Amino acid sequence: MVMKHRSIISQVLASILINAIYAMQNYPIMFINTLLAPISILVVITFVSHGALVGMGIEGALIMTAVMSGVSMQGDISHLKNDLKLQDMVVTSPTGPMAYVAGMGISEVVFSIPVLILLIILASIYLHPTLLQSLTIIAIMAVMFVFSVSLGFFLSTLTTDIIQSWGFSGIVTVLLSTIPPVYYPLSYIPLPFRYIAYISPTTYAAQIAQAAMGYVNINMTSLAIDWSVIIAVCIALFIIGYKKARWREP
Amino acid sequence: MEGLKIRKISKTYDGKKYVLKNVSMDFMQKGILAIIGRNGAGKTTLIRILATELMPTKGSAYVEGIDIVKEPTRARELMAIVPQEARTIPWMNPKQQILSYLLYRGFSYKEASSLALSSIKKLNLEQYANKLSRTLSGGTKRKVMVATVLASEARIIFLDEPTTGLDPISRRELWVLLEKLKKDYLIVLTTHYLEEAEYLADKIAIIDNGRLIISGSIGELRKKAGHEYSIRIEGDKELKMPKVANISKIEKGYQILTSQKEAFAISEKLMAQKIKFSTNPVSLEDLFYYFAKRSINDEEESDEGEW
Ligand SMILES: Nc1ncnc2c1ncn2[C@@H]1O[C@H](COP(=O)(O)OP(=O)(O)OP(=O)(O)O)[C@@H](O)[C@H]1O
Ligand SMILES: [Mg+2]
Repeated sequence: MVMKHRSIISQVLASILINAIYAMQNYPIMFINTLLAPISILVVITFVSHGALVGMGIEGALIMTAVMSGVSMQGDISHLKNDLKLQDMVVTSPTGPMAYVAGMGISEVVFSIPVLILLIILASIYLHPTLLQSLTIIAIMAVMFVFSVSLGFFLSTLTTDIIQSWGFSGIVTVLLSTIPPVYYPLSYIPLPFRYIAYISPTTYAAQIAQAAMGYVNINMTSLAIDWSVIIAVCIALFIIGYKKARWREP
Repeated sequence: MEGLKIRKISKTYDGKKYVLKNVSMDFMQKGILAIIGRNGAGKTTLIRILATELMPTKGSAYVEGIDIVKEPTRARELMAIVPQEARTIPWMNPKQQILSYLLYRGFSYKEASSLALSSIKKLNLEQYANKLSRTLSGGTKRKVMVATVLASEARIIFLDEPTTGLDPISRRELWVLLEKLKKDYLIVLTTHYLEEAEYLADKIAIIDNGRLIISGSIGELRKKAGHEYSIRIEGDKELKMPKVANISKIEKGYQILTSQKEAFAISEKLMAQKIKFSTNPVSLEDLFYYFAKRSINDEEESDEGEW
């Protein structure tokens, strides 16, 4: 039997079913897990600042949700690849890495639906963004999502077991979420340490979001630099993920 | 059908030790090619290379004339694999497992669903169709993996130890199924059960220490070994048997590998001495030991060099 048409939509759907839909049916606790991390930091930041940082905190939680998709995906792919050998079967099939990862990335978004809904409700209460502001935040989230998914895929294919994958994701989490000022302004970090924050692309993403809502004032040049940095990092990681990720093993 | 052509495949993982050395072989027909060999011989490495999971260090192979190194994407349209360590996904049931694999192959949801069901039927897995994988027994999980690739349109199938962990009855069931499929598929499988290779395979390849030491049908292997019969003698008694080549001490007795003509003569002598013995056609197990021993002897003479 020769197949004339192979549907890429089916191939993407396969990853979504495996990693999100079927997983959720059996492990609903996963919802709570993806919900908990961004929301708990938001709550802490809000309390500690006596409510002053709630707006920035909501923006931060939205950005972190996009960034953490790639980190969770790295663990999921690593498990499917190394423990269940799913990836070996997929590599040998007509599915390419792009369709596989696109589906896995979307499956992480599916898991984030509850937290996204909650954050959108909070945003409509506390932020009242205009259309342009909303679009800006969505654009930042999209760029950070592609960035983190590319990074997650690249790292997952280098791993040979899940423990090693945890090592990678631990480091990535600190770099992308602990060090950078995502839930509060960059100016809160004293100067020599501020340079460390500049290592992380999430710092730039947060700054654009904070400026968009008028929480911080930055000039057009800084804004242009911020956008350039996150777009450049995103493209770079996308290319690395595309070219250097190990699909067929060397 | 052009089948499978393997051309001078060598593989090293670390750049030093070659785990496959210049393996070449043809299997230009439908049917079953069984690869046998000891643990670490290189069977899985070879299968992973053929299935385009792993790059060979040197050489290549052709499926239906398509170069697996240069045109993996085209080759993948034709083939499917169940890796040695593949496991069903614990949070999915067999129906979902097969369905999602077929989606990866590009079938529509509707086609995939109906193909999944018919494959489940074919492998007698109906009673497990809706049970979560993590609740199934190890053997049933293996069967689900086989059902997964057989549900697809692929006609070149790689099965790395498909019957490991199956009970004798399930194993026989799978044999019967594979035998039925033989006329439509090209199946490459590895196994440690020599009677399985003997029963199923149209061609058997023995790999030892990364080298293909011999390949052919069981009849051809018997011919190449020059032995058609195996005479087994029970007991540890010293034998008064002058001039018998290929006699070896085995557990609880002796084994003589020999030709049909000689087998007669030896049998007569043994009967005259009232020694208990049995004569059987040489089994793959006998041949495996024979060729493996020969290859070790060769190895000691030849030098491990660049491949
Ligand atoms: N990923 C790897 N990295 C390094 N060495 C490897 C790797 N995979 C296999 N090897 C080595 O290659 C050799 C062949 O291994 P392979 O798994 O192909 O053997 P096998 O014949 O399938 O054995 P078994 O019957 O135990 O499954 C072994 O020496 C093994 O240690
Ligand atoms: Mg093996």
